[in-house]
Amino acid sequence: MKFLEKQLKKLEPTFAKGGKLEKLHYVYDALATFAFTPATTTSRGAHIRDGVDLKRTMFIVVLALIPALIFGMYNTGHWHMVAESGNWNLPYWDQMLDKFLYGAIKVLPMVAVSYGVGLGVEFIFCNIKGHPIHEGFLVSGMLIPLIMPVEVPLWMVAVATIFAVVIGKEVFGGTGMNIVNIALTARAFLFFAYPTKMSGDTVWMGGKEADGFSGATFLGDAQTLVGESPVVDGVSGIMEKYSFMDSFLGTIPGSIGETSTLACLIGAVLLLATGVGSLRIIFSFAIGGLSLGLLFNAIGVNAYMDIPAYMHLVVGGFAFGAVFMATDPVSAAQTASGKIWYGFFGGAIAVVIRVLNPAYPEGVMLSILFMNIMAPLIDHYVIQANINRRFKRLKVA
Amino acid sequence: MSKTISLKRGMDIKLVGEAEKITVDAARSKYYAIRPGDFHGLTPKMLVKVGESVKAGTIIFHDKYNDVINYASPVAGTIHEIVRGEKRKILTVLIEAAANDDYEVRNPVNPSSADAGEVKAELLSCGLWSLIKQRPFDIVANPENEPKAIYVSAFDSAPLAPDYDYVMHGKKAEFQMGLQVLKKLTSGQVHLGLNGKSKHEDVFTSSEGVVHTSYVGKHPAGNVGVHIHHTNPINKGEYVWVVNAQDVAIIGKYFMTGRFDLTKLVALTGSEVKFPKYYRVISGAQLSSILGGNTKTENEERIISGNALCGTKEAFDSYLGYHDNQITVLPEGNQMKFFLTEGWLSLGFNKLSNSRLYPSFLFPNKKYRLDTNLNGEDRGFVVTGEMERVFPFDIYPMQLIKAAMSDDIDSMESLGIYEVSPEDFALCEFVCTSKINVQDEIRYGLDLIKQECF
Repeated sequence: MKFLEKQLKKLEPTFAKGGKLEKLHYVYDALATFAFTPATTTSRGAHIRDGVDLKRTMFIVVLALIPALIFGMYNTGHWHMVAESGNWNLPYWDQMLDKFLYGAIKVLPMVAVSYGVGLGVEFIFCNIKGHPIHEGFLVSGMLIPLIMPVEVPLWMVAVATIFAVVIGKEVFGGTGMNIVNIALTARAFLFFAYPTKMSGDTVWMGGKEADGFSGATFLGDAQTLVGESPVVDGVSGIMEKYSFMDSFLGTIPGSIGETSTLACLIGAVLLLATGVGSLRIIFSFAIGGLSLGLLFNAIGVNAYMDIPAYMHLVVGGFAFGAVFMATDPVSAAQTASGKIWYGFFGGAIAVVIRVLNPAYPEGVMLSILFMNIMAPLIDHYVIQANINRRFKRLKVA
Repeated sequence: MSKTISLKRGMDIKLVGEAEKITVDAARSKYYAIRPGDFHGLTPKMLVKVGESVKAGTIIFHDKYNDVINYASPVAGTIHEIVRGEKRKILTVLIEAAANDDYEVRNPVNPSSADAGEVKAELLSCGLWSLIKQRPFDIVANPENEPKAIYVSAFDSAPLAPDYDYVMHGKKAEFQMGLQVLKKLTSGQVHLGLNGKSKHEDVFTSSEGVVHTSYVGKHPAGNVGVHIHHTNPINKGEYVWVVNAQDVAIIGKYFMTGRFDLTKLVALTGSEVKFPKYYRVISGAQLSSILGGNTKTENEERIISGNALCGTKEAFDSYLGYHDNQITVLPEGNQMKFFLTEGWLSLGFNKLSNSRLYPSFLFPNKKYRLDTNLNGEDRGFVVTGEMERVFPFDIYPMQLIKAAMSDDIDSMESLGIYEVSPEDFALCEFVCTSKINVQDEIRYGLDLIKQECF
């Protein structure tokens, strides 16, 4: 490692102020600090510091996403074959290598585009504003492709990423300053700018579909339950088409990384074990969704409301949103009790949007974005309670 | 019966190099220093000139803006040099020590018969007032204010902190006298905070006339800031004074003997010390007189006057801080760390972390040899909830820090800035993933409020 260290030090002047490649200073800095924790020492105050840094924290999140990514690739391959053959009941655990390879060929370019474009934009901004490239995008770059339907063209991934990084983050000052979740900003952008590519029944399967084949998702089909021409036969019909176990394991169509609740839970275990993710948020998010599901079951005025409440937790992006999106510490509530309210309302509103709003089959994205906006308000009231306690003490004294 | 308060939040940082309970007399240093920088916010007005001879207890300077507060020479000798910095700011007054200490002759009042005004005047004129600090602002107390209580802590929970039971052993009479003096200064109570986890020496447990409260918990359980917050929190417009236990004994000794004697025990600690132990020194001594020959590697180490969390970085030939009871020597962390072997992606068995991102949480009793590397880069706030875990106050630390960063005086007041001092935030600074210099920000906020509102 001494060799690498020497080479880096040798290159330093080239990238330093006044050097030949001065403009690439922040790229050099990003790579150098990736390879080596800098020799910076403390000067005052706490002379010793915790071993943890933002790189390690972010890396754990990326690691937690890997199960969802791997499973997402396989699932993509499977549904591509289903669409091509037109046989909905194609055996799932068959032709595994082919499915996985097809999925990888579809998904990895999206990951590459997301990282490449996102980091490019970050680099330009960092150069203009003169601050080092921060680690935040390490996670966003992985999240963005995982919450896209597989049929989204690469250029759309690029455009959405640019929009998310610029408007979602950099205009507010970079990592740690954003108001709403970056990856969801990217998805919301595509959702409203190119709605035909983000929902419906043609975007979930890769490749050309067999004639007359309709590849909708659970939520898409559920939506038709309250419409004029349901594609499934009531609640029992939809439960037959997508069983709880299928939905939990993720062997159903959907956005790349979101289908498997199990993969999300594996990620959740890692996030909770390391303390990176907030148990308060994940748990209350699930409780929120479940409560509203049960409430709708109790009301039960239409077929959609009769769908068992627990199904809401395993279909669509609910688990993925709860584990990876709602827990983004920057856009979530920051106080301990605020996190509980934030999570609960996030889950609850997601189910409300699903069940009551015919325009949007999936409500998790909108609900988390909405709660991102509301998080400072929740924190405000939590903190105000603390301030009032102090104020009361002053009056008594 | 004393009350016990248990604190759930906090963190004990266990380091290699705890001082062994052996006391040696440090060699008398050639120079002793008194540095205005040790008293935050002080502008001194010199009362002596270079070359003048002084005794221990001779007043060297007073506060330019509050001239009743005097600062005295710790030793007898001659004024060697007045070191000045930018704009002729006085940095250090160096006193070349005579071979033996010759004390100013004083006849202190008898605290049991004197009234509060006389006791106060005595402390101010002899120079010992400098040992009394006030909250809010963590500065030398302003004698014009009326403190609602005075706090003394009988233990220090900071990393490698000196054991006060050892340090105060045999000083029962002085300590009791000191408490009696402090009791004169407030219409409220004098509080003594005890460590609920261990059994204290008789010097503390049998002290009279004070309120005993035990605290059970991890660092910062020993901080007076925590004690104040949990027993008698400071509201706007109120003052609490705090005095270190050793300094209480110094004050007591003065009232018993009439001698201005800043001799105290200082723990020399840290992984880079060959034989960590206690030294009997006079405040302001040269660090080299204590460290000489007792450190492992010259130059490659960080010498801290104070503890590893809120002490001051000093050079080998610099001086012991006025209020410090500890010297910590740690390895400098000025080497780059390759990400797989020692850096951010390593297994990191030698790294201590409050998070569970490094395995240190599996070994709660392991002692670490930590260096001074920042272990990361300066970032914006990202991770939430980590500071709250080590901050046993009913205060939102991150919000308060942000209020201080953005010069928001109203928010700082309502979030409780009057109750805290930078040292209470030391652990927040330690655990911060974004490596923000939290103590600096709090100090900045306190200074801003003091300047704008007081």
